[in-house]
Amino acid sequence: MAQQEKSIMTGQEMRRALTRIAHEILEHNGGARELLLLGVRTRGVPIAHRLAELITSFEGETVPVGSLDITLYRDDVHLRGPLALEATELPVPVGGMRVVLVDDVLFTGRTARAAMDAVIDLGRPKNIQLAALIDRGHRELPIRADYVGKNIPSALSEDIQVRVSETDGKDEVVILPDTANPQATSEVGR
Amino acid sequence: MATTRTVEEEPLTATAEAEAAPSPVPTSPWQHRHLLDLDDVSTDEIATVLHSASAMKAIVQRDVKKVPTLRGRTIVTLFYEASTRTRVSFEAAGKLLSADVINLSASGSSAEKGESLLDTVLTLQATAADLLVIRHGHSGAPYFAARNLTRTTVINAGDGAHAHPTQALLDLFTMQEHLGSLKGRKVLIVGDISHSRVARSDLWGLCKVGAIPVLCGPPTLMPWDLLKGRTETPGHPFASVQVEQDIEEAMRDADIVMPLRIQKERQDAGLLPSLREYAQQWQVNDERLSRLAPNALVMHPGPMNEGVEISPEVAHGLQSAVETQVTNGLAVRMALLLLMATPQGGLNG
Repeated sequence: MAQQEKSIMTGQEMRRALTRIAHEILEHNGGARELLLLGVRTRGVPIAHRLAELITSFEGETVPVGSLDITLYRDDVHLRGPLALEATELPVPVGGMRVVLVDDVLFTGRTARAAMDAVIDLGRPKNIQLAALIDRGHRELPIRADYVGKNIPSALSEDIQVRVSETDGKDEVVILPDTANPQATSEVGR
Repeated sequence: MATTRTVEEEPLTATAEAEAAPSPVPTSPWQHRHLLDLDDVSTDEIATVLHSASAMKAIVQRDVKKVPTLRGRTIVTLFYEASTRTRVSFEAAGKLLSADVINLSASGSSAEKGESLLDTVLTLQATAADLLVIRHGHSGAPYFAARNLTRTTVINAGDGAHAHPTQALLDLFTMQEHLGSLKGRKVLIVGDISHSRVARSDLWGLCKVGAIPVLCGPPTLMPWDLLKGRTETPGHPFASVQVEQDIEEAMRDADIVMPLRIQKERQDAGLLPSLREYAQQWQVNDERLSRLAPNALVMHPGPMNEGVEISPEVAHGLQSAVETQVTNGLAVRMALLLLMATPQGGLNG
């Protein structure tokens, strides 16, 4: 698995993109009222927290942040090996809230579909929006993001990884060309 | 496909040295196609189940308790012995995860006409059962089923006096919820350990997570077959198990007190003096509990003989976790069903 990874976003660029997304969320929703940011496990969670901090720094209002484990809503459970479950954490009920789903990479759209189902099972939000740091294309469902950090055209065989300092020690986005088994890492993976 | 039958599960006997060395970190959280006992389940695997179970418990407590995960999967519960909580728990766990659940008991099935266990499980496999939850009066019956099934996953829901792994996992979950880490914690099990599949699986689980099981009861009902050589043999899986005759002594500084059901037929076999005498000597009652272990959690696998191994006041008292155990059983079984719903590496892998 000796592959050349290519950096496509530095920590500085990530910060700028998230700052812009935070502003866009505020603009689109006319402020921070009724906002609930839900990070999709695992990399969506730290990104959601950063967006919330940025929003707080602009508006002075704290925004509730939760995390969503979408394992139970996947459409490929039967294709995967054993699945463990992480907690879904909701600081406030979703009913009546403007829920912003936050994920690191938007790819086939299947994760976003599962996340929407997961949210709807928890209550009836006012609306659901989608924010992704990276949009790499190849959608398999009619889904688009409301907020995108960067569009990165990619080949199906490539793997895009978002790294965050909280779990990976460093902020960056890299692209890994021609993974040995693209089927396993990309098509089923997202 | 049905002509090639292979042995898919782990060997029946876990060796002492396999126990002693910490198991290698699994690349996948769950390594088993079948769940037959905890003897060959690693500490990491146990941790995975308990971790998933706490997330599942949140789903049990939701307004709408239903997730679509196991849509299109079929679970059959095949019970050759009576059961309330285990069967209902598996059925509810399957239904909360949207699986189709078919319940079959020996009475009313072709077993009454003399159909063999092999033919019954092969029939169930042929009706596309993905998961077979089996309880049988004979030790080893689920192993036999697992050996002969190529497509269906087997979960042991209690076999004879041998094992009841899902009960042990829900016991561990309940203890961990109460105590946090179980390392070095004293877990007192009182009563008929020898004939209790719950206690036997609990012993495996407790030793694997580093708790200290303390066994107390009539010497005729201790599991000497398991404990043999535990002090001499290095790396014996049950090296940490303590046996104590006097319940008052044993209850002092116990973190968990778990009386087991005394089966009346043991008295006929001469293993017990009388139920009254047993109650006098070994009953977990208010007087003993408040004096000796005021902070201990009382657990019981059920069904209880109130007035024999446990007094009614303790069974329904503030320290009792009996009902919590049932709720936790649901969460643990949901976690297991999710982990085991697909064989390693996907359907065809």
